[in-house]
Amino acid sequence: MRDLAFASGDERRISNDSTVAHTGTQLPHYVSGAPFDPYAIERMTPAQERFYMASQWRMMWWKLRRHRIAVISGAVLLTMYLSILVCEFLAPYSLDTRNTDFIFAPPQRVRIFHDGRLVAPFVYGFDYRLDMANLERVYTPNPEKRQTIRFLCRGDDYLFWGLLQANLHLICPAKGGQLFLLGTDRLGRDLLSRMIYGGRISLTVGLLGVAVSFTLGILIGGIAGYYGGWTDILIQRGIEVVQSFPHLPLWMALSAILPVSWSPILVYVGITLILGMIEWTHLARAVRSKLLALREEDFCTAAVLMGARPARVIGRHLLPSFMSHLIASATLVVPGMILGETALSFLGLGLRPPMTSWGVLLNEAQNINVVALYPWLMLPVVNVVITVLTFNFFGDGLRDAADPYH
Amino acid sequence: MLSYLVHRILIMIPTLIAISIVIFVIINLPQGNYFTAYIAELQESGEPADLAKIHFLETEYGFDRPFWEQYLYWVGGLIQGDLGYSFSYNLPVSKVVGDRLFLTFLVSFTTILFTYLVAFPIGVYSATHQYSWMDHCLTLLGFLGLATPSFLFALVLLYLANIYFGISIGGLMDPQYVDQPWTWNKILSVVAHIWIPVIVIGTAGTASMIRRLRANLLDELQKQYVVTARAKGLPPLRVLFKYPLRMALNPFISDIGSLLPHVISGAAIVSVVMSLPTTGPMLLEALRSQDMYLAGSFLMFMSFLTVIGVFVSDLALALLDPRIRLQAGRRR
Repeated sequence: MRDLAFASGDERRISNDSTVAHTGTQLPHYVSGAPFDPYAIERMTPAQERFYMASQWRMMWWKLRRHRIAVISGAVLLTMYLSILVCEFLAPYSLDTRNTDFIFAPPQRVRIFHDGRLVAPFVYGFDYRLDMANLERVYTPNPEKRQTIRFLCRGDDYLFWGLLQANLHLICPAKGGQLFLLGTDRLGRDLLSRMIYGGRISLTVGLLGVAVSFTLGILIGGIAGYYGGWTDILIQRGIEVVQSFPHLPLWMALSAILPVSWSPILVYVGITLILGMIEWTHLARAVRSKLLALREEDFCTAAVLMGARPARVIGRHLLPSFMSHLIASATLVVPGMILGETALSFLGLGLRPPMTSWGVLLNEAQNINVVALYPWLMLPVVNVVITVLTFNFFGDGLRDAADPYH
Repeated sequence: MLSYLVHRILIMIPTLIAISIVIFVIINLPQGNYFTAYIAELQESGEPADLAKIHFLETEYGFDRPFWEQYLYWVGGLIQGDLGYSFSYNLPVSKVVGDRLFLTFLVSFTTILFTYLVAFPIGVYSATHQYSWMDHCLTLLGFLGLATPSFLFALVLLYLANIYFGISIGGLMDPQYVDQPWTWNKILSVVAHIWIPVIVIGTAGTASMIRRLRANLLDELQKQYVVTARAKGLPPLRVLFKYPLRMALNPFISDIGSLLPHVISGAAIVSVVMSLPTTGPMLLEALRSQDMYLAGSFLMFMSFLTVIGVFVSDLALALLDPRIRLQAGRRR
């Protein structure tokens, strides 16, 4: 009482209270008529209830939301993955359009000011000259050739999702003009378009590879963790053997096995399998150690006593309790696979043209001359770096969020 | 300690056997062998194939015998130091390989040294100055290092090194020293060239090591004994070096196990780009032409290097941390 009054800063009340206390007048007897509820203090307001009774996944979402970099990374990743659905529409040219007059053309700059006035975005057309002294193609932007970029326009034909004949593009060059925002390669193909198309392969390679290693990891790690004993020791040794291989040389050896006669699609599947077959060990280890801890829990014993089979105990009772951890660690495996595919294709052991991935594009930049003369051919690496970075940040955020009770 | 050592060595043997089996299966998986490809190539170009010699080699190396016999022959040779025969070079593998194995070892070793030297101070700094401006910068730099494909980084660095320092492009030494006996000048030339591959290969490993050291040290720094030590008035540096740093060092040593495969992988691809006289480019070529003994011996050498590296790191860890060696002794 005294403290309360103090807190409100009311000086007079204090003096009044003290007089009451000193004279010792009795307070009137008070009994509340409401039924007594001993749990009243534990009952929660709806807001509290929403908070305390939230499901595990909802709590993970709340926790993830607080991790700002992870949310941004997630959004970037989502955009990239959505963009591969409509890559034909986003790319200004189609995958194999050759502009034979513009071989190794440098990137064009988008300008919006003309004669000091703000105008619709445009680029300057190129003047082409062959420098006979160095045998070098020289392109100079010519301010006379102003080419306004068109939006939502008709351009190269494509089969949308392999079904619909279409020719709508988000951006196209001016009629009779060119639009090489990131330059062209040795066949005069627009690099930006090829990078957008390349995302289809590079981004899915990681996901499919992870799906493979996820399955393998759960299966093998599950068996090791659940049975323990000799099975566990054997599998542990096996994992150690696989881990002591340097990944890249092993990938190189395995992808050398893929017959040259295979169609690009088969090679693609083969590469994802190879990537997945080596990276499963981390996941298997995570599954195993979690299972070893969890199988001693009461709910697991109860399930076994009720006659559940191992597959059901693992699948129904054990897996869900650490699925979130698994997903988080799987996210962190993806970037390694994307880098692996890029490296293999760069060496010419992975995907081969006409399959187009970022690694295949970088294969053109294999030579030191490229760095000196056509540095824009290295641009696909920007996409690789962004993807790998965002996957890392997103995976870190997921891992922190995976244990929302902390 | 001795029992731990013996136990650890005994474990290595089945691991190496398993690795050799896997490698042998892999290099035998492609259809046909070097000779079928070779004969097909000769026939395509219309040259007469020396069938008698090929047949001799085929029987000599047991291509007509069952798979497991070929395997035993290969492994038996490996144990005696015979790496087999390179068909594309027409020489024993050990002759072809020459300095390459040594240079691979040299590059890998220097890279790991570099990783430690760089990661250690940076990791300690960003842990003690958590969330500071420098910490954020270093973290970002580390992430970038993780995400950049090493081969492209190598290309750019080569180009810059050539322009600004005039270092010859490609190779691990100036051209005039290739195939020359080791002299002081040759060593100096190697030193001048080796730093590019070392930086390139080491970047990814350094980044992950910094992150791990930082995380470990941060965990330790929050513990109560640190608070106590500080409360007793120990100078900050002394507190850091006396206890938490030593605790955080353990994972640092044990990490070499996961670091080595990365370093060797990185070395393989970077050396292809930079045409270093190490195992990478030759392995690539051997895989393409199905020169199986050459490829197999390279793969085996790389895996062997990893296994040995893990072994050394385990030993160092056991020396550093009495709990590990005592536990291992008790378990036996």
